[in-house]
Amino acid sequence: MPQPSTLAPRAATKTAAPRRQLRGNARYAPTLATLGLFLAMFAVGAGMYPSFLSGQVFLNLFIDNTFLIVLAVGMTFVILTGGIDLSVGAVVALSMMVAATLLQQGWNPAAVIVLVLLIGSTLGLAMGLIIHYFDIQPFIVTLAGMFLARGLCYVISLDSIPVTEGFFTGMAQAQIPLPGELFISPGVVLALAIVAAAFFVLHHTRFGRTVYAIGGNENSAMLMGLPVRTTKILVYVLSGLCSAVAGILFSFYSLSGYSLAAQGMELDAIAAVVIGGTLLTGGSGYVLGSVVGVLVLGIVQTFIAYDGTLSSWWTKIVIGALLLAFILLQRLFTRKTA
Amino acid sequence: MTSHQPAKPGNPLKAIFAHRLAWPVIALAALLLLNQLFRPDFLALRMQDGHLYGSLIDIMRNGAPTILIALGMTLVIATRGIDLSVGAVVAIAGAASCAYIAASPEPGSPATALTAVLIAVVAGLAVGAWNGFLVATIGVQPIIATLVLMTAGRGIAQLITGGQIISVSNDNYKAIGAGYLFTLPVSILVTAAIFVLAAVLTRRTALGTLIEAVGINPVASRLAGLRSRNIVWIVYVFSAVCAAFAGLMISSNVTAADANNAGLYIEMDAILAVVIGGTSLAGGRYTLTGTVVGAFIIQTLTTTVYTLGIPPEVTLVFKALVVITVCLLQAPKARKVFARLKATARPAAMEPAKEKVAL
Repeated sequence: MPQPSTLAPRAATKTAAPRRQLRGNARYAPTLATLGLFLAMFAVGAGMYPSFLSGQVFLNLFIDNTFLIVLAVGMTFVILTGGIDLSVGAVVALSMMVAATLLQQGWNPAAVIVLVLLIGSTLGLAMGLIIHYFDIQPFIVTLAGMFLARGLCYVISLDSIPVTEGFFTGMAQAQIPLPGELFISPGVVLALAIVAAAFFVLHHTRFGRTVYAIGGNENSAMLMGLPVRTTKILVYVLSGLCSAVAGILFSFYSLSGYSLAAQGMELDAIAAVVIGGTLLTGGSGYVLGSVVGVLVLGIVQTFIAYDGTLSSWWTKIVIGALLLAFILLQRLFTRKTA
Repeated sequence: MTSHQPAKPGNPLKAIFAHRLAWPVIALAALLLLNQLFRPDFLALRMQDGHLYGSLIDIMRNGAPTILIALGMTLVIATRGIDLSVGAVVAIAGAASCAYIAASPEPGSPATALTAVLIAVVAGLAVGAWNGFLVATIGVQPIIATLVLMTAGRGIAQLITGGQIISVSNDNYKAIGAGYLFTLPVSILVTAAIFVLAAVLTRRTALGTLIEAVGINPVASRLAGLRSRNIVWIVYVFSAVCAAFAGLMISSNVTAADANNAGLYIEMDAILAVVIGGTSLAGGRYTLTGTVVGAFIIQTLTTTVYTLGIPPEVTLVFKALVVITVCLLQAPKARKVFARLKATARPAAMEPAKEKVAL
């Protein structure tokens, strides 16, 4: 007996009618569409700019977006339960500020990282507790969390603080060579490890199944005796933790702490999750889809950087248009499978 | 404006506390009093050059755009929706009207200013119709449907301004945000007019009841023969037009259109104002007066920070703490706990169990 999984049971439906199989495929359709879009964009880019078709351009998508990948992982958990976390961008900024300030005062980098992770998870825990015990919409609670975290950044410092500590600068410059003269940064390895862990947790553990169950129908999950309370609180802790990790990764990337950093990053994370095929109502979606969603956002930026004549605001318009396209696509598929 | 809960005869104090608006009003009064304690001339109004001046007028004038947007947001939230695109609409409206004035042959004439206002309103109508189309016709969740324009809208505004801050010099246009009429700032009068209009339209006609019906149970209201689709369209268009007016006020106050920062996070302030005012995000019963009080609380908070001499960088933390406190006090669960703590023999009319809506 294979381990129970929340992925569509492919082996079990082999004998079923083709219609049933179509339904199984329809579950993957939004994510597959995202993947198709990504490949198409890459192909178009390769056609337009000869240097686009290189392994390093592809790897740079990961290197430049490690923090967004980690954020999207945390956000996927929250959105799968039907919630939302607007505080992630502010928590990223707070993590960067705390790290930069403490490093400047000569703290040990390991201690700094542990402390930052603790702060992130504690903020997430507090929001989760309020959401569950006071029954206030996640939207409002995490909005207040966003104000709080951003406000704490301002309290720490209004100016940008440079990071000159050895470990952090080392991580910023480190390159892990791959065959074919390619390289990735250590952050990419960490981000991908987090993705793999999230994939395992979502699809092969009791916790993961409960996350999907809550998103499907919270009352049913409760009646089935699933640990709804713990799970609901834990996803916000996870999201807070992911935001803190993303903050550390962003520190590696930018080597500074700035209270206005990562503004609007929560929107990018939500957009990546939605483009990756996760339903905002919860209960349906894949963490790998969110990663592809991040890559799609990354390739849009790469395109605009390659073109050179397009202004930066086109990024926003294109991301908005992509969001729209995927929302309409989702409507199409949810109607068909409903 | 609001439906009063039946007052118990003989105990007027309890009746006051039972009113939906009691806590927001008390909070606002407490904030104002706190300011008065620290600055004795805080509540004073004075006349100068035929214009009224004073901290209260400042609060109203600076809060006008937020109030306006929060009014539109209230009706949207009453239908179980939410409109995240208002901040982007503020930017688009300001950008479109300023770009028009800057490019017109007579940048200073009243006709140009009027056309600019019309352009902003039309832009608002278009955005509202688009949001309404996505929510009502396509059936997309409101939070995502409006997220599209929240993301893309600022890009569109930057496209209009070409990434620049467009400055205009048109006295008529400037009057919208910085002018005075009958001793009061024009922006306050415009906001008051729209408030009265919205209040009369929704409370003196059936529209308000229909909006609440759609919010309480969309399916039932449709089965009862209500064209809920049209109602949803109306509220999104109203919200976007309110945002367009707010955009005009903001851009005319500084006589420039800043596509990046105009109305940044104003949707958050507006939603907070609605929630603090006592309208549930789950839809249904709403209170426009409560929303106005909520918006005043938010604006007064900002002023309080300056009065108390709190460093400006702490403003956000302060605001977050107050918001969390107010939300916790208003949460039905917290109210139940309070009711239990009072332990009166009178079986308190409990708030009906709130229906949960995935956001």
